[in-house]
Amino acid sequence: MVTLAKSRGYRAFQVVNAVVLTGVVILTLYPFVNIIARSFSEERYILSGDVNLIPRGFNLTTYQIVVADPMFWTNYRNTVVYTVVATAIAMVLTTCYAYVLSKRHLKGRTFLIWVAVFTMFFNGGLIPNYVLVNSLGLTNSLWAIVLPNAISVFNLLVMKAFFENLPSDLEEAAAIDGLNTYGILGRIVLPLSKAVIATMVLFYAVSFWNSWFSAFLYLNRTELFPVTVYLRNIIAGATGAENAGAGAADLTQVAANIQSVTIMLTVLPILAVYPFVQRYFVSGVMLGAVKG
Amino acid sequence: MSTTPTTMNPPPDTLETGPSTRRRRRRPAGASTWSAAFRRNWQLYSLAILPLLFFAVFRYAPMIGNVIAFRKFEPGGSVLGEEWVGLRYVKLFLNDPTFWNVFTNTAILGGLTLLFCFPLPIVLALLLNEIRNRGLKRFLQSVSYLPHFLSIVVVAGIVMQTLSIDGPVNQIVRAFGDDPVAFMQKPEWFRTIYISSEIWQTVGWGTILYLAALTTIDEQLYEAARIDGAGRWRQIWHVTLPGIRPTAVTLLILNIGTFMAVGFEKVLLLYNPLTYPTADVISTYLYRMGVESSNFSYAAAIGLFEAIIGLTLILSANLISRRAVGTSLW
Repeated sequence: MVTLAKSRGYRAFQVVNAVVLTGVVILTLYPFVNIIARSFSEERYILSGDVNLIPRGFNLTTYQIVVADPMFWTNYRNTVVYTVVATAIAMVLTTCYAYVLSKRHLKGRTFLIWVAVFTMFFNGGLIPNYVLVNSLGLTNSLWAIVLPNAISVFNLLVMKAFFENLPSDLEEAAAIDGLNTYGILGRIVLPLSKAVIATMVLFYAVSFWNSWFSAFLYLNRTELFPVTVYLRNIIAGATGAENAGAGAADLTQVAANIQSVTIMLTVLPILAVYPFVQRYFVSGVMLGAVKG
Repeated sequence: MSTTPTTMNPPPDTLETGPSTRRRRRRPAGASTWSAAFRRNWQLYSLAILPLLFFAVFRYAPMIGNVIAFRKFEPGGSVLGEEWVGLRYVKLFLNDPTFWNVFTNTAILGGLTLLFCFPLPIVLALLLNEIRNRGLKRFLQSVSYLPHFLSIVVVAGIVMQTLSIDGPVNQIVRAFGDDPVAFMQKPEWFRTIYISSEIWQTVGWGTILYLAALTTIDEQLYEAARIDGAGRWRQIWHVTLPGIRPTAVTLLILNIGTFMAVGFEKVLLLYNPLTYPTADVISTYLYRMGVESSNFSYAAAIGLFEAIIGLTLILSANLISRRAVGTSLW
């Protein structure tokens, strides 16, 4: 390493590398900074194309307008409710099935694994799903969003890999002590699996928080929308492509900064927790890859 | 999704439970072993009931629901359609010029995605791997992972703002003395916009598995290469790249498998009737046909066609890779 660090070619490479990676950072963050600047700017400066990285005509009025829209908060609350319920149900189903699949001695295990894995490569498609959810009468209810996405096969396999790597001695000892399968799962396995459970909760929660299409497809009433659909309607309304009843009043007047502010308020929770939870995501992806 | 395939290869049931003699004794009495297994493990099996119900209703039932591609379907009527019409809808879409247009668009967008979004994470991972300062490296990773966590709606919003008439890109255009371009309304720009935003959102996150693979490469291999007089580039070529090859091949197979399933939600958010000529893809077309125009059978026929192409692609990629480089998903 020492000899290498001295070589001129290597140092030149390090300089180029630093420049390239700095470029990557700038390109990644630039759109965010621009949106932040827009969200605090006056409409006229945005429309004249003068807002870049620094707010022009700094004001909080746009934030006040968005925050004052009751529908925004209704939809925000919906997002929270949908995320919590969906994550809870997804966790129960995923944990149970992953635990079953992790038992190598279980007869029929291969079949049970393939039931799940096959759906990664072949799925029914949009139309049959749409027909199904409609005919089950789930439209305009929370269940249309929660149930069709209740198990992510990727998450299932990550959990299965984790359970498989737990030492089996503890479970065997617990079985000898007379604990049944439910007891072993609840009192021995789950307490040992806090790390993977936290990771899975985050995986599910972020994906449900961010999801919009199920809601867009199956919910027709504005007061049921999650905030992502609220944002979608603002964006679509502003571009004039479609007018699906965005909640904000006086949309055409304030569209440019309203969009930026709504984007900011939607991503804020994600940005706020991101620094703390990022490593769980990375470890979760690795768990799926390395242990699998 | 990218990572799990290797877990799909479970060891035979009995490997753990005991010696092969026991296995041989058990085999012939298939029926009784099942009942014995149920008696012994019924609690375990019971935990699988709800998940299996989920898979049956929300994954396998829709697969069966695809029969409406071959049956006349009436909204409000039977979920499985009213009467057989054979290949009528298949013939219909095969003779539909719009279908072939969206098919071409899908293939082009899928091909471009594969061309850019598969190799760029490898490049970025190699560059990140050369950073020796750990704090700096962690910062770079955190920044590059961030877009992955944003909702696709937010990404679409950011794209539209960035490319709007008054947005930063057009500020640059104007600085060069040109007239601002309404990028989102120009069919000739859609592919560039789609691929750029895809790169922006996925490349950073895509490095994770490669960075993990890079840390597992034995430092002694580099040492040996240096003693043999290999410079930086030759080390990368002969040590680093072979070290991440299994990861790369696995991800390539998966990328090929999702080739035709180009980001439906993103296209749906970004396109508009003006950009249909380049932006409309199979999934968005069948969405409009099915959900918006209620031609369920027609849309289901297209959807089934797309799903079969996807399955064929992943099976053949897997087969080729197993033959050629000995790496496969299962």
